[in-house]
Amino acid sequence: MFRVTLLAAALTAAFPAYAQSDLDALRAELKEMKTAYEARIQALEARLQKTEVQTADTAVRAAPVPEASAPARISFNPDISLILQGRYAHLDDIDERHISGFLPAGHAHGTPRGFSLDHTELVLSASVDPYFRGYFNLALVDEEVEIEEAWFQTTSLGHGVTVKGGRFLSGLGYQNEQHPHAWDFADNSLMYRALFGEAYGNDGVQLKWVAPTALFMEFGAEAGRGANFPGTDRNKNGAGSATVFGHLGGDVGTSHSWRAGLSYLHAKASDRDGEIEDLNDEHAETLFSGTSKTWVADVVWKWAPDGNAHERNFKFAAEYFRRAERGSLECEDNTADGGACDGTEDAYRSRQSGYYAQGVYQFMPRWRTGYRYDRLNPGTVDFGANSAFLPVTDHKPTRHSLMLDYSPSEFSRLRLQYSKDQSMASVSENQWFVQYIHSLGAHGAHRF
Amino acid sequence: MKRILIACLLWLPLAAHAALNVFACEPEWGALAREIGGSSVKVYTATTALQDPHRIEARPSLIAQMRRADLVVCSGADLEVGWLPLLLREAGNARVQPGRPGYFEATRFVTLLEKPATLDRAQGDVHAAGNPHIHTDPRNIARVGAALAARLAEVDPGSTAAYQAQWQAFSARWNEAIAGWQTRAAPLKNLPVVVQHKSFSYLLAWLGMVEVATLEPKPGVEPSVAHLGRIAAQLQATPARAVLRAAYHSPRPADWLSQRSGIPALALPYTVGGNARAGDLFGLFDDTLDQLLKAAP
Repeated sequence: MFRVTLLAAALTAAFPAYAQSDLDALRAELKEMKTAYEARIQALEARLQKTEVQTADTAVRAAPVPEASAPARISFNPDISLILQGRYAHLDDIDERHISGFLPAGHAHGTPRGFSLDHTELVLSASVDPYFRGYFNLALVDEEVEIEEAWFQTTSLGHGVTVKGGRFLSGLGYQNEQHPHAWDFADNSLMYRALFGEAYGNDGVQLKWVAPTALFMEFGAEAGRGANFPGTDRNKNGAGSATVFGHLGGDVGTSHSWRAGLSYLHAKASDRDGEIEDLNDEHAETLFSGTSKTWVADVVWKWAPDGNAHERNFKFAAEYFRRAERGSLECEDNTADGGACDGTEDAYRSRQSGYYAQGVYQFMPRWRTGYRYDRLNPGTVDFGANSAFLPVTDHKPTRHSLMLDYSPSEFSRLRLQYSKDQSMASVSENQWFVQYIHSLGAHGAHRF
Repeated sequence: MKRILIACLLWLPLAAHAALNVFACEPEWGALAREIGGSSVKVYTATTALQDPHRIEARPSLIAQMRRADLVVCSGADLEVGWLPLLLREAGNARVQPGRPGYFEATRFVTLLEKPATLDRAQGDVHAAGNPHIHTDPRNIARVGAALAARLAEVDPGSTAAYQAQWQAFSARWNEAIAGWQTRAAPLKNLPVVVQHKSFSYLLAWLGMVEVATLEPKPGVEPSVAHLGRIAAQLQATPARAVLRAAYHSPRPADWLSQRSGIPALALPYTVGGNARAGDLFGLFDDTLDQLLKAAP
């Protein structure tokens, strides 16, 4: 522009005589061009506006984007997720951890002191076809791989019926179906530890029916191998254990919801191994054969203002069990080590019970705090002739646990827990846990 | 026992003629199903406007309702990924499994915005298929409505005429309303706003508004004070006219920023039932526009 002006000025200076008339002509021409362009721009703008309106119109009136061209569900197939868990535990040096008055349930991984890695869980799941869904959960610890769950479930039977088959966690109780990463505390409740070690899993089939009512009603029955505590593995046809359970649930207003249930487990044991201290304080091996019947009652109540759990929410859960075992018990001969047992096998009967109750409060986004109370009752234990060698205690194991956890997102959680553990007679232990739980991959399910 | 049996028998023939049970995941689809279905449908809405649709638990009451549903109408695009699949599995209802006519995902019938280029949780809780909050653009409601009318007729052929008639009537009123809203919303063009979560992307795209910042540092991650501080500083350079949050969001982050920067914080209803005026789909957009227009220059 500057150059043009300069040129024009130079030309004007050079040809003063013609300059004025030429410039006038130029000005007129420019003016003409300007009006012409303005008209054209206006015309274009009008056309554009018209098209825009039409597009908007057709967009609304036209059929929706056809489903075929809709975005396909972008997802892992199968859904894969990995749970990383680890902790730091500050514990007393206790040789053999056990719950006084209760035969140990299955193999425990022990509770290492200091830093340690918990189970690392690998989960795969997907629809098998239009009729079935498959789920696989592998728990990895050093030198040990355990198939925690591997099952199929029907999806197309309808009428509220689903059939599950394979290895699965039983639908009994409330906490049983939860894997450790979904627990609200860093360790298991005493009740589940005494009943099943961790949780009751089984190889078998499950039939479940949900009633077509506004009140949630669910009934289930399971039959399976029954290899896990309180049963034992067996070389027989038929089922080694059977479970029935029922759950009711619903909402009260928009802020409250609840679920309550009753479950029954019947299991058979044959030479079920147990380790206890005999009356000489020596290590003794017991073998139990007989039946084990367990009742579990569970109740869960949740509160969130207007049902929006994002800011604040509260969860209360409690479970109560009664277990009766009847059969025979052999205490293997340990006299060689100075023990009391001489290999006698005689009748054994026990009736035991216990419960836990816990409340977890999210007081602001990301932060939760919770308290859990565990209490077991060793009830009546009749060792028969073995009473001469084995101790009977009336110590009632209890534990108070207080936790605080922080979840930066839905996929990660850090937890601090303090427990006052009196599960062993004459031991009162202060336990501290710092735990992390991270979940990678597929989005977890928001179980109630 | 006998009584229960008789009651069941009496109830069965009734059930055959009963209204179609629609399970709507979110209030907007519940309202749309009511507009199109009228008295031929019985709509159960699983969530309210005060609940975050991302973070619902598979409550027993929801499983019970899912068990009875003839048609499930949800947003899809992973919005309900934490709870809908669980409900579908637990309820044992074959009619509404994905792939069946009884399973309807609204996001399948519109073009989604904000499809992430990379899928990494370091970016927060990203939705792989794109932003699922499609109903904040009323034109999307029209698109979904057309598909829903067709689907209702497919699931319940006996009432096809009613569905078509009710859809035509609603569609006419709706298009008229859209034209009205578009005219009224002219001053909102290029209006710069801050949003709490990417809940309003379709609304902003429809009205030509500009999102200058998001209070959540990443989708699904709580706004932190540090992040809010950065936004307050950013707003000094590029001012915005309003901070938008949905009714179910905590008011704290938006209010904090509002006090700090002096721009109004608006609690938009986000969906039907989000406030007293948003009683239906029309009220939802009437109220949304009224609130936004107050913030416009």
